Amino acid sequence: MTNDDWGNEMEKQMNRRKFLTLSGAGAMGLAAGMLPQLASAKEKLTIGIVYVGARDDFGWNQSHAVAAQALRGLPNVNVVEEENVPETIAVRKTMESMIQLDGASLILGTSFGYYDPYMVDLARAYPDVQFRHASKLWDPSKAPNNLGGFFAYRDQGHYVNGVAAGLSTKTNKIGYVAAKPIGLVLRTINSFTLGVRKVNPNATVQLIFTGDWSLPVREAEATNALISSGCDVIACHVDSPKVVVQTAEQHGVKSCGHNTSQAVLAPKGFITGAEAKWETAYKAYAIDIAAGRKLPNLIFGGYDKDLVASTPFGAGATEGARKAALQAIADLKAGKPVYVGPIRNNTGKIVIDKTYGNYDPFLEQTTYLVEGVHGSIA
Amino acid sequence: MAGDPTQTIPQPVTADGPSDRDARFVQIKQWAELLTISALAVLGAAVVFSLLLLVLGASPGEFLALLWRGGFGTWFSLQNTLVRAAPLIFTALAVAIPAQLGLVIIGGEGALVLGGFAAACAALPFHGGGSVPFVMAAMIASALAAGGLWIGIVGALRHFRGVNETISSLLMSYLAIAVMNYFVDGPLRDPASPIKSSTLPIGDANMVGNIPGTSVHWGLVVAIALASASWVLMRRTTFGFAARLTGGNVRAARAQGLPVGGLIITACALAGACAGFAGYFEVAAVQGRANASLATGYGFSGILVSFLARHNALAIVPVAILVGGISAAGGLIQRRLDLPDATVLVLQGIVFVFLLVSETLYGRFAVFRSKRSPSDI
Amino acid sequence: MATTDIGLWTVPLAMFAGAIRVSTPFLFVSVGECLTEKSGRINLGLEGTLVFGAMAAYAVSFHTHSPWLGTLFAGFAGAAFGALHGAICRLPKVNDVAIGIALMLLGTGLAFFFGKPYIEPEAPHLSSMALGNWSSLPQVRAALQINPLFFIGIALAVLFAWALRRTRWGLIVRMCGDSAAATRSAGYSVDSVRLVVTAVGGFMAGVGGAFLSLSYPGSWSEGLSSGQGMMAVALVIFARWSPLGCLGASLLFGAAGAIGPALQTVGMTAGYDIFNAAPYVLTLVFLIASSSSRRNLKGAPSELSISRR
Repeated sequence: MTNDDWGNEMEKQMNRRKFLTLSGAGAMGLAAGMLPQLASAKEKLTIGIVYVGARDDFGWNQSHAVAAQALRGLPNVNVVEEENVPETIAVRKTMESMIQLDGASLILGTSFGYYDPYMVDLARAYPDVQFRHASKLWDPSKAPNNLGGFFAYRDQGHYVNGVAAGLSTKTNKIGYVAAKPIGLVLRTINSFTLGVRKVNPNATVQLIFTGDWSLPVREAEATNALISSGCDVIACHVDSPKVVVQTAEQHGVKSCGHNTSQAVLAPKGFITGAEAKWETAYKAYAIDIAAGRKLPNLIFGGYDKDLVASTPFGAGATEGARKAALQAIADLKAGKPVYVGPIRNNTGKIVIDKTYGNYDPFLEQTTYLVEGVHGSIA
Repeated sequence: MAGDPTQTIPQPVTADGPSDRDARFVQIKQWAELLTISALAVLGAAVVFSLLLLVLGASPGEFLALLWRGGFGTWFSLQNTLVRAAPLIFTALAVAIPAQLGLVIIGGEGALVLGGFAAACAALPFHGGGSVPFVMAAMIASALAAGGLWIGIVGALRHFRGVNETISSLLMSYLAIAVMNYFVDGPLRDPASPIKSSTLPIGDANMVGNIPGTSVHWGLVVAIALASASWVLMRRTTFGFAARLTGGNVRAARAQGLPVGGLIITACALAGACAGFAGYFEVAAVQGRANASLATGYGFSGILVSFLARHNALAIVPVAILVGGISAAGGLIQRRLDLPDATVLVLQGIVFVFLLVSETLYGRFAVFRSKRSPSDI
Repeated sequence: MATTDIGLWTVPLAMFAGAIRVSTPFLFVSVGECLTEKSGRINLGLEGTLVFGAMAAYAVSFHTHSPWLGTLFAGFAGAAFGALHGAICRLPKVNDVAIGIALMLLGTGLAFFFGKPYIEPEAPHLSSMALGNWSSLPQVRAALQINPLFFIGIALAVLFAWALRRTRWGLIVRMCGDSAAATRSAGYSVDSVRLVVTAVGGFMAGVGGAFLSLSYPGSWSEGLSSGQGMMAVALVIFARWSPLGCLGASLLFGAAGAIGPALQTVGMTAGYDIFNAAPYVLTLVFLIASSSSRRNLKGAPSELSISRR
């Protein structure tokens, strides 16, 4: 896509409703080639989706809701959704209710805590219904075959964020608000920092952990603290970046997004964001079911599998940043590795000795912060 | 002083007073008053809620139908309701027992969380092995002790330092959740579950199963048994009598020589133990481990249930089933009527307010008044 | 442009700014509740009023593009809740503690119910006053971005403190709180005074909620409040029912809440869960220290249901 195309997309992004209907229309276009299978399906396929929080949280839940909306655009597909379902027996009952009362043949669980024991038990109890969870937890030796998972390597999106941020900062101090110091989050912080340092070796990333996935007051306080200490770009890995992006925008500071598009919240300072494009997986499931094919147990990938996308650039992205980011996306689509050794951690020790592919299991055990990150895990 | 909420439940009338027929007549009047006023309150709440629905363009009739269907209409719905009612019975008892003494304790959520956490910790040294009855006993004992201790502290603070138990129990509740989060995020975290911090699983052998033929766990049976036991304790034992006397008038109770401090602390400890028991079942019958999902509001719903049941341990069971049914139907209402899940919260809140307001109607209707009203004792 | 690193000065500066931000809602809610309790009534429903006020302010600000209108509306919504509390408590045999809890649940439920469509849209925020432009350091300028509501809160605290002591209205309120019988014989309706004062308290709580959604953290969502309404009630006891005491206690709380992130920016990452527990522990400790079983809580209005033995 050229810059003009990006510019067009950016205009559309300004209005959320427009965006949603457009994505629905886009989905119809994309699915055009697969319409015959769905259109000829004998009965409607009902898909149930369960969210742990509000659907329109500008974060994790919304990323799935956007994909659900895309599913609605497919012919013969009926989507039932339920929000605010806690990770207790309530989710088991909700999913069962969708199967028994709504006739769902595919259940998508979007929150981590839904998997064990609820979805595992349900998959055993309902062998004719397909269950898929937003994780890579499925283990064939422990769980039945009608269960599985889908996962987007958002750290690739954060690498692109980092590249764009590195070229958009003037103070060379970039702030990062992160939830907890677990492997998944540490990896995104590191990928982000590697992106920043690749284009701007003088920049540093200032890190603050809030302690949990969704704590609006702490996130606001962390953002304020980062801005007070001189950061002029703020990135984050929390469930809903809404507060971080809004607070940054209030102070005239640039921001990078995560999970879904927060561009509309920061018309002056938004750079780009690491979005999970779940609709790729969702639509693959719908089409497979309609065609009578067996669903893949595990779907995962990044830009190469169209499971990760970057939010169209906002006003905060400089010309140089856009160019470099687009190049980084192209590189990742082609499979170029992010972690090219030797890489040191922020205390000087070498933690990455050689080059690791983007899906190498070694990278999933991240326990360190790379050089350039000011912050610590403990 | 807080109006004694237990006085308007029909009381057993002494035999050596009016004749048995008179006594029974008075009791019938009391029950009639209770049922009529409660029905009026529920009706009033239903009217206000229906108006709200109409303003939003939803149909109250459809709402009611879905409420029935999602809560009680099918065997699946009924089981859904029962499984939600079980923890509510426990946490409601945690409010009802101290209420006999006139104490308003709203810290059941924290006691539940700590109870569940303690139970999960008790299972840790066994690594999934060990003799099952022994492990289960250890888990239950830990849960009861942890919950009992936590609310017992609230009682002690009230007795020894005069600290208002409502505020302190709520603060202790938040504190308990923070403490659990600290341990579950840190020292006791299961490394195999990074995204969601939780303790190590207790092991499949130690899980509590379902009542045969249903998908409802045994916690429901234990809860009903506990509610019955609490009723007996409060209505048929000296302890209960002393407690209710203290609730009516502390100074008089002290003057009588009753051990007011001991009564307060014991009642609070019992309350905490009930909530802790709920935590045990959440871990042993549902989750299999202790994590942040323990704190999903069962404690706060229990407050509602207890007040609606007017702090009567037996009445708590049907009220918990009713409230459980409303929340069970919430999902169906969300999906079919496109109303937010907060709708059931609003319904519960309106019913709560109406029922509390209806307290003022007791004794107002001449038809229910008798010449000698035992509620004056 | 190179940044000026001010080293360890970041911490006290961040704490100063954080204290002001975090304390503002506490200030409003506690001063309002202080007034209510002075008249002899306890309103535990303020948590619900706070959350509803936050939602109402956000919604009105979104529709009218005026955050100050939103704040005003939130105040009136809070006053309505307070008046409802007062009206219900007039009825005999009604337990004001129980009503408070019920209104807390109802207020929160209504806020979530009506607030659903507002989680996503963005409403105009209350603008802060830039008081630090005399400094060249960006950190100082950021720290001195103070919302005018903070100063309004201080002014109200001082005003109420003065009014309670020096005006006839203040005397009536205090009389209601200390002796209902005396008030009645003076010719005033105890219940009406309490209703008005509870409504005023509700107004303050609503404005406190508006600050949460329109200034800091400046967003409407269902996780906005973490018990601030209840903590404010405990603050009143700690402040010995003095509006100026409430001011001091709120600032203390604000500072305590701001330590954690401030320390992280200079590399000290202690257990955040401990900092999470700090406000509750603090409140509990103050509560225990201020209470006594032997005599009435010092300064407590005698008619207050929680202080009667």
